[in-house]
Amino acid sequence: MSIEVRIPTILRTYTAGEKAVEGSGATLAELIDDLESRHGGLRDRLVDDRGLRRFVNVYLNDEDVRFLGGLETPVTDGDHVTVLPAVAGGAGPSPHVG
Amino acid sequence: MLTIEMATYDAIIAHARRDHPDEACGVIAGPAGSDRPQRFIPMLNAARSPTFYEFDSADLLALYRAMDDRDEEPVVVYHSHTATEAYPSRTDVALAMEPSAHYVLVSTRSPGEVEFRSFRIVDGEVTEEEVEVVESFLTAEPDLSPDEEFPPR
Repeated sequence: MSIEVRIPTILRTYTAGEKAVEGSGATLAELIDDLESRHGGLRDRLVDDRGLRRFVNVYLNDEDVRFLGGLETPVTDGDHVTVLPAVAGGAGPSPHVG
Repeated sequence: MLTIEMATYDAIIAHARRDHPDEACGVIAGPAGSDRPQRFIPMLNAARSPTFYEFDSADLLALYRAMDDRDEEPVVVYHSHTATEAYPSRTDVALAMEPSAHYVLVSTRSPGEVEFRSFRIVDGEVTEEEVEVVESFLTAEPDLSPDEEFPPR
């Protein structure tokens, strides 16, 4: 058993085009580290030094991990993780990008 | 080039006018690989702002699940600018994450004038493209010159 992680189109360059990859870990942070060991570069697109990137959404099963425990959210075998870039923009400066 | 049906074109503009002065946003989904924007999906602007838009996170997941189930992709991602021109802002470019989508920008700054433009945004580079509005995809098949008429007689 492992955790299935669905990868959005724009990040499939890191997964050799695969729509979904598998990984393991006790928390989301560990899962991302595990993915990074086989899909180098992916971690940087998901996290920065403040945690999960503001415009990347990560869902555990159906729930945005921001409403769970962020990177410390516990994960277990059989869970499904989905990564989706935010769909956002606008005429003004982003309220959240430094 | 973006080819879009008149009804969808009108629906995008109507949504933008309705949500003015906030930015409106949404997706036109189409069969994967078809480049045909067919299913109009207006989205809630979770930012409810005149200068920013963002799909609600739960809505975003539901949207992508539904498109996956139907073997669709976001052929068009649209939003409005409410006081400035229909051209991608720096924020739009920085946050554009669908390299194969047509990014449609509508401006509602002038109540009487329609500004509807389409762009590709790939790796930070903006390329404007032509917009062709057709009555219907059913009648918009490519022109055939007489000697290519099908079926052959």
